[in-house]
Amino acid sequence: MSEVREFKIWRGNSSGGAMVAYQTQVDEGMVVLDAIHKIQAESAGDMAVRWNCKAGKCGSCSMEINGMPKLACMTRMNDYQPNEVINCRPMKSFPVIKDLVTDVSWNYQQNKKITPLKPKARDKDGNYRMMQEDVDRIQEFRKCIECYLCQNTCHVIRDHQQESRFVGPRFMIRLASLEMHPLDTADRIPAIKNEYGSGLCNITKCCTAVCPEHIQITDNAIIPLKERVVDRYYDPIMWIKRKLFSAKKN
Amino acid sequence: MDIKDLKTHEYEVVVVGAGGAGLRAAIECSAQGMKTALICKSLLGKAHTVMAEGGMAAALGNVDTRDHWKVHFRDTMRGGKFLNVWRMAELHAQQAPDRVRELEEWGAVFDRTKDGLINQRNFGGHRYPRLAHVGDRTGLEMIRTLQDYGVHQGIDVFMEYAVLDLIKDGGQVAGLVAMISDTGEFVVFKAKAVIFATGGAGKAWKVTSNSWEYTGDGYAMAYEAGAELMDLEFTQFHPTGMVWPPSVAGILVTEGVRGEGGILTNSEGRRFMFDNIPARFASETAPDEAEADRWLAGDKNARRPAELLTRDVVARAIMKEVKEGRGSPHGGAFLDIATRRDGEYIKKKLPSMFHQFKVLAELDITKQPMEVGPTLHYFMGGIRVDADSQMTNVPGLFACGECSAGMHGANRLGGNSLSDLLVFGKLAGVGASDYCRGLDAMPTLDADQVISIIRNATSILNREQGENPYLIHDDLRDTMQTKVGIVRAETEIMEGIEALEQLKKRYQQVKADGASQYNPGWHEALSVRNLLITSEAVARAALLRKESRGGHTRLDYEGEREEWSNANVVISKGSDGEMQVNRVERGDPPEHLKKIAYAELSELESTIKIEGK
Repeated sequence: MSEVREFKIWRGNSSGGAMVAYQTQVDEGMVVLDAIHKIQAESAGDMAVRWNCKAGKCGSCSMEINGMPKLACMTRMNDYQPNEVINCRPMKSFPVIKDLVTDVSWNYQQNKKITPLKPKARDKDGNYRMMQEDVDRIQEFRKCIECYLCQNTCHVIRDHQQESRFVGPRFMIRLASLEMHPLDTADRIPAIKNEYGSGLCNITKCCTAVCPEHIQITDNAIIPLKERVVDRYYDPIMWIKRKLFSAKKN
Repeated sequence: MDIKDLKTHEYEVVVVGAGGAGLRAAIECSAQGMKTALICKSLLGKAHTVMAEGGMAAALGNVDTRDHWKVHFRDTMRGGKFLNVWRMAELHAQQAPDRVRELEEWGAVFDRTKDGLINQRNFGGHRYPRLAHVGDRTGLEMIRTLQDYGVHQGIDVFMEYAVLDLIKDGGQVAGLVAMISDTGEFVVFKAKAVIFATGGAGKAWKVTSNSWEYTGDGYAMAYEAGAELMDLEFTQFHPTGMVWPPSVAGILVTEGVRGEGGILTNSEGRRFMFDNIPARFASETAPDEAEADRWLAGDKNARRPAELLTRDVVARAIMKEVKEGRGSPHGGAFLDIATRRDGEYIKKKLPSMFHQFKVLAELDITKQPMEVGPTLHYFMGGIRVDADSQMTNVPGLFACGECSAGMHGANRLGGNSLSDLLVFGKLAGVGASDYCRGLDAMPTLDADQVISIIRNATSILNREQGENPYLIHDDLRDTMQTKVGIVRAETEIMEGIEALEQLKKRYQQVKADGASQYNPGWHEALSVRNLLITSEAVARAALLRKESRGGHTRLDYEGEREEWSNANVVISKGSDGEMQVNRVERGDPPEHLKKIAYAELSELESTIKIEGK
């Protein structure tokens, strides 16, 4: 398999841009990012694209390929029909810096808002003890490579521009990884309800669908967090218990 | 140009590079009360550390209680062919367990033992299961933990800034000039101390596991500023990179595959590593498949399989099989875990390997063997530093992590890199903070230096026409791959140096198209300068060391030579601007460390038992 393929790549910056047509030779096993690099070296030296590991581990090369939010390094050219034009656009939910590169700094601001781990004291011998079955579920969340494809896809952010009220799926799983951390002693439930906006997610699971790490974002992180909020604020028995025995973390 | 118009920041310490070492160094500086900046070429959390897979080595003794820092130290020295800086290997082995526990306290969630402790896995060259790990994504766990902890420590992070060069005030560091990718603007950082944590330079080779960032920036900037480089001839070719399809050639296949029991076979189905056991390791390696199988089944008296010999040995053995016509179809060896472990276990312990092969090679590692071959992975050598403070010979310039030299000698053991980042990242932070406290005033900034750095960078954009930086880089990678590759000889290295001289001439006319905003071609051109300096240093060091040791293999000088057993190659910029390459004799090792490193294992373990832990 070695053939000339057609590409259309969005070129421009914050003041505007357009799809530009390119052609390049594609060989066996190539991914979309390889083709972009070839075009860069051959005919578009200044075309901006983020990338690092080229192995699906760093989450840098997020973009929208033929309408789907994807990592360009893990999208094989032979996933597409031989005569199909490959369209590459920057992620829609974030402001464009240049070409395929967007300004994702909003995500870093969300992360900084989150109360970090507050670990309990060590055991007497200086170790922490956690059972594997108790960390399995947070290890799933910690597979996140921060590609922000879920943030880009989430309707609350993409279509309703509620980014000032909702931290987005990526940080819901970070919150879940902290709330379910066996060593953690902080309480984030009030913030999850108010500041981080758990109620805004309406469980369409689009974030889960685009996650390149296949993390069950909605089922395993967001829904359990929503349940914890409900238990705290809307469950009358829990409410009375809390009034009587003071708040306890679950 | 007036430098008063330039954006200028002022810090006590500026850390360059935000992988494991840079983050840990910045956290320490901040904890020491220093006003700290952290500058990185990519977004925070994307640095090369994120790709580390297998784990971090520390003698916690959670899985095998016989482990001890002295055994770890001994393994490290033997793996490094006794060319490691003794004190660095000592500090590393002693402090690694505390650094791992600290990472856990900051939120890292390692895989657990049955008793709920941090689990540890086997790796090449390590006597006992020693690598704290999270499946095969330990680097991600490490960088995310440091990042999430670090952002609350009052460090100012500058993302997607490319550092161009250091500024000096007389002999000492005064700051640096950087370029902001987003806008193409220049910015000056005034600083009392600068810590380089800039990683290696794998991008000088065609087949590498390294990302675009790995262009030897730290080596070149330190060299230009008058710092010494050491041991650059020791380049680690990781034995197991992907070889097929061509577009992914070089991407890493974790040593964890072999740690979990994976075996290497040739086209005849033979486990050829048993034919390649060096005398030094013979007494501690299983001589045949039967004993290796008992080891896999958990027999504590069985010795490790030959597949877990050190990386230099395994890489050379694979090359030999290929050369003698027993390679796999695409010029590597077979790495098989499918017949050794059941599918669920493989997916649990090696999830990203499973995913990587499935997507990139359309191969199911739970059913089929992988094809693997050597890939340029790591620089043992780098910027020469003081073992305790991590300061270079340039006052105020510090280095830690892969960009510094000494810890790993001639060959690094797998898993010793992640722990190196934490141990020496912290020590560099302490060293730089102490240095700052000793300075009376902020060094002064020399405007001429700033202007000259900026002019060098802008001239690449302003030329009417010139050489395509991508093509110079391609030719550079071809040169290093074919002339200064995994096996070297005098004629080829000389040809390589000649080719590099030609490339340096072409580089004088390098031209990047387009404007300065987020321009990869310009970045490429700026990086090629650093790659050229680094490549020349590697080639010249490789020419001088007339023996084969660890990551440096000479066809014309086979085997380790007594006359080179206690000497380093040190490189610096001469007053005439030419590269000075010197052989420097090492002192005698400290007696107490020598005793540990050369002890018989049983003898060492009985002393440890007597002394108590």
